[in-house]
Amino acid sequence: MRAFEYAAPTTKEQAVSLLGTQWGHAEVIAGGTDMLSLMKDDVVRPKRLVSIQQLQGLDGSSSSRGLEISAVTTLAELANNINVMKDYPALADAIDEAASPQIRNMATLGGNLCQRPRCWYFRGGYGLLPKDESGKDLAAAGNNRYHAILGNAGPAKFVSPSSIVPALIAYGAKIQLFGPKGTRELAIENFYVIPKSDGEREHDLKPNEIVTRVILPGADKNLKVAHYEVRQKAAFDWPLAVAAVALRMDGSRIQDARVVMGHVAPVPWISGEAANVLVSKNYSEDLARQAADAALTKATPLSQNAYKVQLARVAVKRAIVKAAGGTS
Amino acid sequence: MPDYSWPSPATSALIGKRVTRVDAPAKVSGHAQYTYDYHGKNMLFGKVVRSPYAKAKIVSIDVSAAEKMPGVKAVQIIQKAGSTVQWAGDEVVAVAAIDEATADDAARAIKIEYKKLAHLVSDAEPPAGAGEAAGPFSSDDIDDAIGNQLPDKQFIEALQQRGVSFKPEEDDLKDWADEGASDDVINAIRKAPFHNTEGQQPHSFFQKAAAQTQGDPDKAMAEAEVTSEGLYGATVIAHCCLESHGSVTEWPDKDHVFTHISTQNVSGIAGQMADPLEVPAANIRVHQDNMGGGFGSKFAADRWDIAAARLSKKAGGRPVRIMLERDAELQVAGARPSAYARVKVGAKKDGTLLAWQSTSWGTGGPGGGGMPPIPYIFSIPNKRAEHTTVRNNIGPARAWRAPNHPQAAMITMGALDDLAAKLNMSPLDLWIKNLDIAGPRKDTYREELGIAAELMDWSNKWKPRGTNLSSGIARGLGLSIHTWGGRGHNSDCDVTIHPDGSVEVKIGTQDIGTGTRTTIAIVVAETLGLPVEAINLYIGDTLYPPSGGSGGSTTPGGVSSSSRRAAVDAREALFAQVAPGLNAQANDLECVNGTVRVKSGPSRSLSWKQACSKLGAMPVTARGKNPDKSKPPDLTNSGVGGVSMADVAVDMETGVVQVKKMVAVQDCGLIIDLKTAESSCYGALVMGISYALFEEKLFDQQTGRMLNPNMEFYRLAGLNDIPELVVHMMTGKGYDERGVIGLGEPPVISPGAAISNAVANAIGVRVPILPITPDKVLAALSQSTRAGAQ
Amino acid sequence: MPDDQSKTPESVGSGVSRRDFLKISSVSAAAVPVLGTRIVKASGAPVTVYGPGRVPVELNVNGQLHKLQIEPRMTLLDALRDELQITGAKRVCDRAECGACTVITDGKAVYACSVLAIAAQGKRITTIESVMQGEALHPIQTAFVENDASQCGFCTPGFVVALKAFLDQHPKATPDEIRRGLSGNLCRCGTYHGIQQAISQITQRGA
Repeated sequence: MRAFEYAAPTTKEQAVSLLGTQWGHAEVIAGGTDMLSLMKDDVVRPKRLVSIQQLQGLDGSSSSRGLEISAVTTLAELANNINVMKDYPALADAIDEAASPQIRNMATLGGNLCQRPRCWYFRGGYGLLPKDESGKDLAAAGNNRYHAILGNAGPAKFVSPSSIVPALIAYGAKIQLFGPKGTRELAIENFYVIPKSDGEREHDLKPNEIVTRVILPGADKNLKVAHYEVRQKAAFDWPLAVAAVALRMDGSRIQDARVVMGHVAPVPWISGEAANVLVSKNYSEDLARQAADAALTKATPLSQNAYKVQLARVAVKRAIVKAAGGTS
Repeated sequence: MPDYSWPSPATSALIGKRVTRVDAPAKVSGHAQYTYDYHGKNMLFGKVVRSPYAKAKIVSIDVSAAEKMPGVKAVQIIQKAGSTVQWAGDEVVAVAAIDEATADDAARAIKIEYKKLAHLVSDAEPPAGAGEAAGPFSSDDIDDAIGNQLPDKQFIEALQQRGVSFKPEEDDLKDWADEGASDDVINAIRKAPFHNTEGQQPHSFFQKAAAQTQGDPDKAMAEAEVTSEGLYGATVIAHCCLESHGSVTEWPDKDHVFTHISTQNVSGIAGQMADPLEVPAANIRVHQDNMGGGFGSKFAADRWDIAAARLSKKAGGRPVRIMLERDAELQVAGARPSAYARVKVGAKKDGTLLAWQSTSWGTGGPGGGGMPPIPYIFSIPNKRAEHTTVRNNIGPARAWRAPNHPQAAMITMGALDDLAAKLNMSPLDLWIKNLDIAGPRKDTYREELGIAAELMDWSNKWKPRGTNLSSGIARGLGLSIHTWGGRGHNSDCDVTIHPDGSVEVKIGTQDIGTGTRTTIAIVVAETLGLPVEAINLYIGDTLYPPSGGSGGSTTPGGVSSSSRRAAVDAREALFAQVAPGLNAQANDLECVNGTVRVKSGPSRSLSWKQACSKLGAMPVTARGKNPDKSKPPDLTNSGVGGVSMADVAVDMETGVVQVKKMVAVQDCGLIIDLKTAESSCYGALVMGISYALFEEKLFDQQTGRMLNPNMEFYRLAGLNDIPELVVHMMTGKGYDERGVIGLGEPPVISPGAAISNAVANAIGVRVPILPITPDKVLAALSQSTRAGAQ
Repeated sequence: MPDDQSKTPESVGSGVSRRDFLKISSVSAAAVPVLGTRIVKASGAPVTVYGPGRVPVELNVNGQLHKLQIEPRMTLLDALRDELQITGAKRVCDRAECGACTVITDGKAVYACSVLAIAAQGKRITTIESVMQGEALHPIQTAFVENDASQCGFCTPGFVVALKAFLDQHPKATPDEIRRGLSGNLCRCGTYHGIQQAISQITQRGA
């Protein structure tokens, strides 16, 4: 790891002011589980680290807007939060499946949202849009078994790494950012972007912005949400495909639907096609299957990851079945 | 002459019982010291600069900036400009500095210019027409030929024509004889002309070995009533020792070297360091208390260990630590060679095996890899086996528990399992049907298969292929059998009895996690009639009598034999002093339960302490050796058999495989400690599940680099991936009297094949190559659906 | 970077003045440039910036306060092992992937390889070295010994510490829950069967 200087400010204003206006000078550290690995692998080389774990005034609260969660809440605290367990059980599920107990004790919600892709070419130092010395796209021509099957027409072939963001999107959560110009909020899905050229990141985050909160809309009794992920190992393994599904149900009739997939595209992937199949229909397992098929009709697998199309399809189907109250 | 033979487990106090591992308390409390934990006074931290390219010529190296950095104490060029690196991660320069961060900065400041050369990291099927081997036999080639039961005539002619590239040592010849080489073959190896091949580069990425033939495979195959064809294999996997390779080395003065090293080979390291360091081996002290995993990869003083010693010398003798980081550990410090085979096997309708044809290939890195001994165990009367070695740039292979056997089991047991399916036979029946050609352990297999089948509830649970499906989950059973040698290695041991009753045992062996300390303590305690705790055991240092490296399951037989002989002789010396006082003959004394007593009149006894006080002022020390023909009987033996059975569940929609239960039945001659013996088998089943489902070193042909040199994508099975495991050790008549045989290798051989067969039984189609990942399961299923539709 | 110009080489947070610190560091044999700490103005308020050279760091390990002079880039694991020679926590993956470095900070199991030592100040850090109860093994350790849950033993301290942290927080956990609670630790020798047996023993007898 290269040398850096370290600051642990107490206010978000100080934190932001300690960050630079360009990427590469300073990085934010919270739980550290991803940042330190990136630095040890020499992928990220900040000259300054700004810790935000001790910032004051980021406390969460429950209000008419819903549940506001501090970005520096650890994943373990979040999964064990009584309100989350009661009102957002699919989020608690997703967190319980994520990483390991130690990581959940360390990693923060904000850090989970901002963690960098696990693409092995990126982590090996070939860039987020990895190329060799001749400019050849390494992920497209190389080993892409864990790479994107959707949204991969451009140079970005990695997959968005968070396995809990799909559930947050399914619940309609918002992310709150703080920068020199103050606070801004956006739907979490809009926080993620597919980079098109070198130097762009996969988040809509300015170099001198920090994530301060996540806001979950108020509990909705009619909203049935489920998370399902396909993993090779029983625990402590990156998913091969993730799906989170929110169904607003009136009896067995689906009034509204949101189908989100993770680990399939450079961003969390919302499938309008799948939602269209579901909305205004009576739930059945067959309908779930049709929706799952629709979610993947536009998939464009790479040379070695066609199997992920099937896995994502199964994840979507099982998440729908689970959300609707059937067994997966 | 005293009776050195083993006491019967039926009457012994400790041997064959479940004795708790003697060093477990130190390990669970964090007090056990490993090489990585050693912190020498004024220790410097070493870092290695590694090649980013799989094959490249080093054009220039500039270390000037690093040398000038404050805190940097030494820089050592490992491979000079002009050398060619052969794999990504190859060592080029090492630095030592006052702390790790400074060493890291210095490593980054070293500028190396490379000229990239064409590399190969793939181990895909070689092109037709790869050239046949003509050069002299290496020791690995001879291992292969013996393992493959190359017919004597063919073998001897080839040895005479091609010669050998090494000078065979008596130890090797003895091992080969143990493995079944005839006296004629041993003589031919001894007499084969020596051709030096050092410095010669392989000319091609591919080297074809001479076909091994037996009987008339073409005719037999044509006459077979049923044939089955398939592809089987296993990819390159890593050792992934949790304690990485490395050492801390210092020069106490200009003539002496002291190294703490993580090794399976304490007594063998000094000899390897002597030449490169230009110091007599006698001046090199090697020490290791505990070792965090080796699995066959830690026998050498590696290049980084030599570099640490040289850095230390340059830095005035200060200790220099080089422990590999995880990426290097996975890239360069060990790999199990891959092996793949296209197999055709022919049989009669009743399952009698008639013919085997195989075309196999695999890689073990730049030096190639051995041919797996196929067909494994079953000596099919008519066979032709052709093998091509792929010599590529993935880094060198190292022995991985039971070298070549897991691959051979996967290939052979897979092919036979497919044949059984074609014959509509249960594989259990097919195996039993052919046990007559299963070699010297055939009766053991028969007994073990019966026990395993019962423990697995095979007869109730087994269903024909692809017929056990419920709610999208397919269930299946599979089995495999295996063998290994495991004769005890050369070992010397000193046992000292002090006049105050304390007992000291010194032996230059190592405990690599297998329970070697416990084994030795049990043997000496049993012999002296004492509890295990009474034995003060010293291992892991060249100050103690030399004992062989812990490889090939040779340690239990070696150390138990030498410590038994030493303890018996020390006991006899004590008896000689004690006998007059007890008014008995020395040969009428025995050590039982903390006393020395008269066999013919047990009421005449002394407590152990009282007895030892008769020694007067001087302790007695006896040296035991293995082997030692002057002190019969032979206390160790060679040749074991074992069975693994697997029960799996496959999610037919995702291709995710879950192992539901595994059974291992294993013999290893006389068991010293049943508890740690069982643990070896449990551990082997876990490792088997891990390599069957998860493990794979992935290489990128574009960059030449390993893609997963980390523990997130080089997956190891976790606690939650492990189902019910059942281990049954064969003991009693037919086993105990054979003497002690090693256990490190055998139980890890079969689990992969058994799991592969269970998956095939579950889903109705073979997933040819380990590891069985969801992509491969889905591909196999869709291929069979397509084939079915045609 | 903003506000970077307002460097005020003055006294710093932990009560050691920069001059004191330079004195300390000059005797600590560090020939590397020691930049220590400084104050920058951030959003109108003074904020201490540490490093990149060695800075004073205080760690509370097993109830004992240790004063170190280390760079901000040093992880808690390396500080424990290389500075304090508390070596029960092992360095294996160094990337939060294996659990061999597990320690407990403020009651929670964490990977010491992925915490900066400087950020671990003010926390109660418990390592395997203090799991024993005086001279006696903790019931978890006894269960590991009796069920042969260690082979080479390199992963064992991490498992014991992770299990202790989990059981402290979930004293009534079922074996299944405990297995999930240990999913952040990996073993290579394959001691999982012994660990499962140890878990059964603990849930029956209590820890």
